[in-house]
Amino acid sequence: MLLADPAAPAFSWNLLADFQQMWSYPFMVNAFRAGTVVAVVAGVVGWFTVLRRQTFAGHTLSVVAFPGAALATLLGLSVPLGYLGACLAGALVIAALRERGCSGGAEESAATGTVQASALACGFLFVTLYKGLLGGPQALLFGTFLGITTDQVVLLAVAGGLVLAVLALVGRPLLFASLDPDVAAARGVPVRLLGTAFLLLLGAATAEAGQITGSLLVFALLVVPAATARQLTARPAPGLALAVLLGLAACWLGLLTAYYQPYPLGFCVTTFAFTGYLLAHLARALRGRSGRTPRPTGGPA
Amino acid sequence: MTAAPTGPAAPASPAAPAAPPAPNAEPVLELRGAAVRVGGRTLWSGVDLTVGAGEFTAVLGPNGVGKSTLVKTLLGAVPATAGELHLPPRDRIGYLPQRRSFDAGVRIRGTDIVRLGLDGHRWGVPVPGLHRARRRTERARVREVVEQVGATAYAHRPIGQCSGGEQQRLLLAQALVTRPRLLLLDEPLDSLDLPNQSAMAALLGRICRDEGVSVVMVAHDVNPILHHLDRVVYLAEGRAVSGPPAEVITSTTLSRLYGAPVEVLTTAAGRLVVVGVPEDRGSRGPCC
Repeated sequence: MLLADPAAPAFSWNLLADFQQMWSYPFMVNAFRAGTVVAVVAGVVGWFTVLRRQTFAGHTLSVVAFPGAALATLLGLSVPLGYLGACLAGALVIAALRERGCSGGAEESAATGTVQASALACGFLFVTLYKGLLGGPQALLFGTFLGITTDQVVLLAVAGGLVLAVLALVGRPLLFASLDPDVAAARGVPVRLLGTAFLLLLGAATAEAGQITGSLLVFALLVVPAATARQLTARPAPGLALAVLLGLAACWLGLLTAYYQPYPLGFCVTTFAFTGYLLAHLARALRGRSGRTPRPTGGPA
Repeated sequence: MTAAPTGPAAPASPAAPAAPPAPNAEPVLELRGAAVRVGGRTLWSGVDLTVGAGEFTAVLGPNGVGKSTLVKTLLGAVPATAGELHLPPRDRIGYLPQRRSFDAGVRIRGTDIVRLGLDGHRWGVPVPGLHRARRRTERARVREVVEQVGATAYAHRPIGQCSGGEQQRLLLAQALVTRPRLLLLDEPLDSLDLPNQSAMAALLGRICRDEGVSVVMVAHDVNPILHHLDRVVYLAEGRAVSGPPAEVITSTTLSRLYGAPVEVLTTAAGRLVVVGVPEDRGSRGPCC
């Protein structure tokens, strides 16, 4: 968001001084804390989302976050709580509506689409009903880092820690069930239950990412780093680590840029993430052509 | 059916020797009068089958007769409504479902897929430094089984970029990695070209012989595996006959099973062709 300060800070290329100056504002410290939590959680959950081909479910849950936040504002509740509640409820609705246990199936995407439509409609209703100053629906849709309180950071960290803990517990069977549901079921893995559990985790991660990037740009942290990582490695553990690192890089670069430039945060984060994706694609295309790993130089901006 | 006179789970059967039987004396799998109802309709009944260690069995029959359901019954996924079943414990059964191929976008290495067969059902993540010995053993086992199916050259490529035959070998390695006593395969030769079909059939025959793994395989066409088979179960008309292929795939046996005249012809190349199957008239027989 625009810093309408007459003495707008200028980027000095002295990163130490820049960060010192930036972090003298508590709201920036909170923004970086929140961004870090979100990037880690969204990177890990996003890796599984891309693997399971549930990006459409992720998109829908992010749209569900919008009416959640609008309703929370309307009722005077905390906005992150609204995000979280709405996304978890949306995840349960999608899980209940899909007919079969298989993820990414045709029935699931149809059911998911209906949830998305009704969620957007509700969000519009709540924004209309709230006649006062609603920080602009724009902030809900495209993200902001202004006004992230310490309480909100704590909520993000607790929810994020919970998501990561559950994922650490179910990660391997979830990987098995995602790749090979029939064989996993034959080995006694509760495939259907894991599908529902993952939708809930996806809901929580989406709600978190929505705080930084806004509802519409959740993919910037949820899907793009994971998709980039999967371009670069086919191994599960390095892929997960890479998704987290790429998400962190996009988030921090985005925050840095949004602080010094009058560009909205959602745009900055998304653009950095997308540039990384394009570079990864380019690198893979070059590697595929020559059979070697040349360093890609001067990628598209 | 073998002549093994063991009663169902009866250790004190008079014919059974008092000493613990040799591993290949005890059948790995035994069905007696098994029946399955699906959606209120009896799919098949009276299925008898005994499979010893290291035996290669094919499940044959026309489409929709319940061949895959038989495999699912053996897995415990579809309960039998009648009869007696004696099966190895579930963790000693390897399973390769009807496929199921990974498309080009799947960016997971073949070895990871094989490894999941070993530890994919385990909760929690591996903590670095913990269970180091077990993890080393497991890695060695994955390497060994990948080599056994001849997939070493491409096991480190993303599985989506492997050919259908290569994927099938890696999936077979996944099913074998736990050292199962019984391997259940559902049409594993489907969608493979002819050279790959015979290579896969030879590989399965070798696994039976050398590793002592019993294989039960649903097949659409018996010919690629005919020379490796010890036994067939032929399902038709809700009934079944089982026995050595030379006794089951004959005009008299199949005519009795179908209750209508059915002919088994042998082509000049030694292929078996079943003609005149009721309900399947005009189309190619179930066995070719």
